[in-house]
Amino acid sequence: MARLEDLASVLRSKNAGPFQITIDVLFEDEATYRRVRDSAAMTPAAIAPLYGVPGQLVNVIPFDRVRAIKITFPRQSGERGSGSAFDRDVYGAQQHGPLAEVEIP
Amino acid sequence: MEELRIVSINGCLGYGYEVASLENGIAAKPALIGGDAGSTDPGPYYLGSGTSLVKRAQILRDLTPALVKSRAAGVPLVIGSAGMGGGEPNLQFVRRILIDIAREHGLHFKLATIHSEIPNEQVARAVRDKQITPMPDAPPLTEELALASSRIVGQMGTEPFAHALAQGADVVLAGRSCDTAIYAALPIARGYDPGLALHMAKIMECGAQCGIPLAANDSLLGTIRRDHFEVRPLAERRICTPESVAAHTMYEQGHPLILFEPEGEVDMSNAQFEQVDRQTVRVSGSRFQPTRRLRIKLEGARRVGYRAFTLAGIRDRNVIASLDKIEAAVRATVRRLLDQGVTEESFKLGFRHYGRDAVLGPYETVRTPPHEVGTVIEAVADSQELADYVLSLARSSFLHCPFDGRKTTAGNLAFPSSPSDMSAGEVYEFSVYHLMDVDDQLALFPMDWETL
Repeated sequence: MARLEDLASVLRSKNAGPFQITIDVLFEDEATYRRVRDSAAMTPAAIAPLYGVPGQLVNVIPFDRVRAIKITFPRQSGERGSGSAFDRDVYGAQQHGPLAEVEIP
Repeated sequence: MEELRIVSINGCLGYGYEVASLENGIAAKPALIGGDAGSTDPGPYYLGSGTSLVKRAQILRDLTPALVKSRAAGVPLVIGSAGMGGGEPNLQFVRRILIDIAREHGLHFKLATIHSEIPNEQVARAVRDKQITPMPDAPPLTEELALASSRIVGQMGTEPFAHALAQGADVVLAGRSCDTAIYAALPIARGYDPGLALHMAKIMECGAQCGIPLAANDSLLGTIRRDHFEVRPLAERRICTPESVAAHTMYEQGHPLILFEPEGEVDMSNAQFEQVDRQTVRVSGSRFQPTRRLRIKLEGARRVGYRAFTLAGIRDRNVIASLDKIEAAVRATVRRLLDQGVTEESFKLGFRHYGRDAVLGPYETVRTPPHEVGTVIEAVADSQELADYVLSLARSSFLHCPFDGRKTTAGNLAFPSSPSDMSAGEVYEFSVYHLMDVDDQLALFPMDWETL
C-alpha cells in the first residue's frame, strides 16, 4: 500500500469554473500510473464520499498519453459557487487533501 | 513552410513578465501579440462590483512595453477579458490606461473596443424562451435571478476578434472573452486548422505556465503550421517538454481530452506531443468538431450582502477542544443580544478554524488536535452596518465565552490588530454560469472604433 500523494508527481486541485472542482494526478512512470488508474480507489464510488458528493456526479477520466487522471466533481464549498458567502477555497487550489491520503494497493 | 507566429505576453495582464521575453517574441516577427487579462478564478466580486483584481499600476507596467513595442513593430495587439471580469467598467478601466500610455508615448493607432455586457432582460428572455443550458453542476437559472444580477457578461468567441482584425484594428481591447479566442481568431481566419488553433490557444492563454520552470508571468511563442503547432517559452532559461505541455492541456478544465469552445469541440485524445529542440514542443493530432448550435457562455454576479470579519489566534488547549460548543454559544448570544427587529434572514454568521479544518470543513480527514488555531469569525448581512454590528457582538461573545473546563477566564482570543474587525464590503455570488443560444455573435458583442 502507498498513499496517492507519494505515488503522484503532480497532485493539484483547481476550479473548473465556479461550480466544479477538478483534480489532476500525474505520474512519472507508466507502471505507477497504471497501478493507480486501475485501482478500486480511483472509482467515482470510492472518491465520492471523500467530498460528500453523489457518485454519479464524480467523473474520473484517465489520459493515458500523459499518464494523468482527472477527477471532476461539483464544488461543495460556498453557498452558490466559488467566492460566494462562507466559501473556504475561492480558487479551489487546496481541495486535493482527502484524495492525497488515499491508500493505493 | 507556411506558418503563423503568435506571442502570448503572459497568463494574466498585471502579473508581470520579463520584457526581454517579449522582445525575443517580437524578434520572431509574430503576426499577433496577445494577452489574457481575466478569469472567474478570483470569484464573483470583481465581475459584480466592476472593479479589477489587478491594480492600475500593474496593468500600466505590463501594458506599456507591450503597446509601445507592438506599435513599433507594427504587430496587432489583442487584449481579452479586460479588467478581469470583462464588464463595461472593467473594459473602460483598461481602455483609459491604454489611452494614457498612447498619449504619454505619442502613439497613433486604430483601436477596436469590443463590449461583452449582456442586458439582464435579454438573459431573462432567453430563460423564458428556453435558450439557456446550465454548465455542468451549475444551479438552475431563473428569470428572477437573471433580472436580480448586478452584471452579466458573455464570453465572446473568435468571431468578434477576427472581425476587428480584418477591419484593420491595430489594437483590440475586448471585454469578457474565451481565453482561446484571443489567440485562435487569427489563425482560424487565415485558414489554419481550428482544432490545432484552439488547442494552441488553450496552451498560450496562460503564458509560460506550460514551461519549466512554469511561469504564468512570462511570455510564450506559438507557431502554427498546416498539420501541427509548436510552443516555446520566450525566456532562454525556460523549456517546454511533452509532459509539461500535455499536462497544461488539461489545466483548470473539467475534461482532460476535450476542449469545449463556442466554435465547437476539440478532441485531444489522439494528440501527439514531441520535443523539437531544447525549448520547443510540437503538438499534432488535435481534432475539431464544429458545433451545430452557437452557444455563448454567460457569467453573472449578484450582490447577496455585506461582509465583516475578524481573525484571531487561539493558543489554549481547552478553548481549542471546546470550539464547537463555543460556536453554538456565540450564535445563541448574538441572537439574544440583537435587536428584536433584526430578522433571522437578514444576517448569517460563520466560523473557520485554520489549523483545524478551515479549508476542507466536514471533509477534513486529519483530526489530531492542533496546539494553535487561527479563527475567522465572519458575518454576512443585508447592510454593512448590520454585518459590522453582528460581528462586533460575535467577537466580544467569543472572547469572553464561558465553557466547561475554562481556565483562560481573561479572554479566549489573541487579536493581531487594533481595530480587530474588518468591514469587507459587498459579497457577491455567481448567479449565472450558463450557455445561451446565440444567432449573431457580432450583434451580441458590439464594437467601437477610435483612432488615437
